[in-house]
Amino acid sequence: MTWHTKTLTELSSAIAAGETTSRELTEHFIARVEAHDGELNTFVTRTFDAALAAAEAADARRAAGESLGPLDGLPFAHKDIFCTKGVKTTCGSKMLDNFISPYDATVVEKLQAAGMVCLGKTNMDEFAMGSSNETSYYGDVKNPWDTSKVPGGSSGGSASAVGARLVPATTGTDTGGSIRQPAAFCGITGIKPTYGRVSRYGMIAFASSLDQAGVFATTAEDAALMLQAMSGFDERDSTSIERPVDDLVTGLGESLAGKTIGLPKQFFADGLEPEVKAAVDAAINEYKSLGTEVKEIDLPNIGLSVPVYYVVAPAEASANLSRFDGVRYGHRCDNPEDLTDLYKRTRAEGFGDEVKRRIMMGTYALSSGYYDAYYIKAQKIRRLIRDDFLKAFEEVDLIAGPTTPGLPFGLGEQTDDPVTMYLNDIFTIGVNLAGLPGMSIPVGEASGLPIGLQLVGKHFGEAELLNAAHQYQQVTDWHKAIPAAYQ
Amino acid sequence: MYSNWETVIGLEIHAQLSTNSKLFSGSSIAYGAEPNTQANEVDLALPGTLPVLNKEVMNLATRLGIALNATINKRSVFERKNYFYPDLPKGYQTSQLELPIVEHGELFINVNGEEKRVGVTRAHLEEDAGKSIHGAAEGCTGIDLNRAGTPLLEIVSEPELSSAAEAVAYMKKLHSLVQYIGICDGNMQEGSFRCDANVSVRSKGQEELGTRAEIKNINSFRFVEKAINFEIERQIDLIEDGGEVVQETRLYDADKNETRSMRSKEEANDYRYFPCPDLLPVVIDDAFIEAVRGDMPELPDAKKARFVGDFGLSDEDAAQLTNSRPMADYFEAVVADGIDPKMAANWCNGELAAWLNKEEKDVTESPVSAEMLAGMCKRIADNTISNKIAKEVFEGMWNGEGDADAVIEVKGLKQITDTGAIEAMIDEIIASNAGQVEQYRAGKEKVFGFFVGQVMKATQGKANPAQVNQILKQKLTG
Repeated sequence: MTWHTKTLTELSSAIAAGETTSRELTEHFIARVEAHDGELNTFVTRTFDAALAAAEAADARRAAGESLGPLDGLPFAHKDIFCTKGVKTTCGSKMLDNFISPYDATVVEKLQAAGMVCLGKTNMDEFAMGSSNETSYYGDVKNPWDTSKVPGGSSGGSASAVGARLVPATTGTDTGGSIRQPAAFCGITGIKPTYGRVSRYGMIAFASSLDQAGVFATTAEDAALMLQAMSGFDERDSTSIERPVDDLVTGLGESLAGKTIGLPKQFFADGLEPEVKAAVDAAINEYKSLGTEVKEIDLPNIGLSVPVYYVVAPAEASANLSRFDGVRYGHRCDNPEDLTDLYKRTRAEGFGDEVKRRIMMGTYALSSGYYDAYYIKAQKIRRLIRDDFLKAFEEVDLIAGPTTPGLPFGLGEQTDDPVTMYLNDIFTIGVNLAGLPGMSIPVGEASGLPIGLQLVGKHFGEAELLNAAHQYQQVTDWHKAIPAAYQ
Repeated sequence: MYSNWETVIGLEIHAQLSTNSKLFSGSSIAYGAEPNTQANEVDLALPGTLPVLNKEVMNLATRLGIALNATINKRSVFERKNYFYPDLPKGYQTSQLELPIVEHGELFINVNGEEKRVGVTRAHLEEDAGKSIHGAAEGCTGIDLNRAGTPLLEIVSEPELSSAAEAVAYMKKLHSLVQYIGICDGNMQEGSFRCDANVSVRSKGQEELGTRAEIKNINSFRFVEKAINFEIERQIDLIEDGGEVVQETRLYDADKNETRSMRSKEEANDYRYFPCPDLLPVVIDDAFIEAVRGDMPELPDAKKARFVGDFGLSDEDAAQLTNSRPMADYFEAVVADGIDPKMAANWCNGELAAWLNKEEKDVTESPVSAEMLAGMCKRIADNTISNKIAKEVFEGMWNGEGDADAVIEVKGLKQITDTGAIEAMIDEIIASNAGQVEQYRAGKEKVFGFFVGQVMKATQGKANPAQVNQILKQKLTG
């Protein structure tokens, strides 16, 4: 059977109709991982035994008429940033190579409660810092469309695994584009909801005011199904929002006629690769034919989002990563001479170059004498960027543009040039700074590589956002494309 | 020799808040548990864990703000104070810097009969660190995180105290106040109330402040006084010898009665404070503050004024009674039993206080309950016993011999009020002390005391003193 070519929604129906079982699906996807992950390197940890046991439990529930709902028994994988009880949780770092979490993240609990079957933990940039999945302690992840190319980052393992159909869906996290950019590079659908919509409890922090969990899947419909189960207020996360979750799945049928899509002029300026621009333009035309109005909008401060981000995010990270000190868990250097030696060598050995670079930047930005000039100023500009978006949303229902300025680049191509690497997220970062929900959906290809369209919604506008993606996917086939080697 | 100098002292007091659980986690803060049994994943700072504010602390901090007549900020912000230490699991302490919950308060102290207003700059919420236990195992330091995350209120005074005595008076007043309003148990041995003192000296008339030294973690009133006095002398001696005070942190060594340098300013950390992105700014409104105000107990100064006004007590008596809320409550319970307030005050401040002091007990641990003391006072009032005999009765009650009536009964302390019996006794004493009678009659009135003593001796103190005085006077004047 070719179960891996099916969507999560189709697999759910197949189980419900008795055409297959969770056990069969789980075995099928385990076989997919075993056959293909050697070349792609998307998994850090495989939990196949636990997955098979969970699948059997799901089948037993269904047989007893006690199914937990549409996700019960469906296989998936978690980005290795979510703490999973009794399972190694590395965050892509040597620092946590020996860390077995004694507790589950809220997202992990919620998907478990929905009955989903977790096949393992996916590879990622170290502490989610990277745009190419090349900073992982566990090696580069390859792009399933061309294994000489990067899958994007930081959720590269999650994106590549879904792109190659090793699993039908995965979780991810997005601090500056870490779901949307790899979704674009791997030709799949990815959503980062509004900041505060999904609990951050148990999700290892990079930049607390920006981090948000989300989903990779092959369709907007699947993303809606899974995001629905992940969302909601959590009293263990003070920044999660106490507000009911919209019905994301049944909201997927609304016509887009009369809706207005805003195109930020700054997203179509110099620096955008022509193939990307052509694919995005074509997608916009498709939206016009679906009845939407299109309007150019101005986000005057968006050009500052990369520098602002590279003050705010490293500043928060520099404090968030202080807990990795070799005292209580994780890597500890051998035979420390004294306390200072313990700290210095533990952190020098445990963290990779990119993580160290960002800790240094953040420490600098918060230092006495620089704090006002960097951190405070960045926070002020962050507010302006957010206000620009809110003003634009007075006139438009959605904002659209390219997810990335270019096509997936080659492995090793940008690793020596951090600034060029940081510019990969030029279109996605502003959305995190404003706390808005954003998506990437596949809308074209060039040289055999996928191209993504970014859609941005209003705060808590996930239903409208997912519906816009779904409507596009009803009339196009880009989301159905599977890399030749993985069909 | 130090008369050309004046001292400037500011105190930072850490009061541990009386909550059930920690500032940002559900772990218990009960004292004395086995190491690391009160530390959950949040306290251990496991990856992915997040803080959630214990809302009770807002109530407690607001109480202090009201009691200090301070500004209570409706928006306060928690910040991260970054530094590495093994008993600080997150690598930062969550504290308040720019926007503390309480600012601009005041406290009135009384030293040598003079009242002084001391400004309270601010009081902010922060979490305590864990404990490092050096030498826990061969060559190792153990870490106990039970205390990590315990809620503290750091109460910072203006540099307006000018002697160790004022500093102690301020600390004692605050110590009493936090217990009054039920926000801190005040247990100094367990570290629930501890003090850092900033001390500097300057020559009289000099405007700008001298360089200060901070003496850390002093945990008794006595040590605060000694440490400050030592530090004042050290600084003056240093300057007079041509040296300079350096800004530094010092530690008080009680065994040697000296302060020693811990670290100088050059070694001080840059804490890189910034608002904690895991916590929202805490916002409270007038309704919240008014609800807390409505729940406030009577404050010591108001209580003192009431004791003076309603009960006719002296300032000193009222001050002593209201120093601690349990003592004030005890006193009021005695009065509520129908005892004359002045008599009640005399016994509370006198015999009761003396016994408590002698046996280092708190009034809440007194073996003589308010009800028992009231029972005894009734026997004084109805002339069953004299004031003097009552002390013996009190001692009996203290030693567990039962209530006043039982002690009087068993010990046979009932007062002799039979005028005939007293007269007979006095006649006998006058007859056998003719010499003294003569002296008295010759104008040496002091001898009167001798006769009273003789009567009391003969009756084992049980004769009614008023009657004795009256009859003696009558017979001696003859």
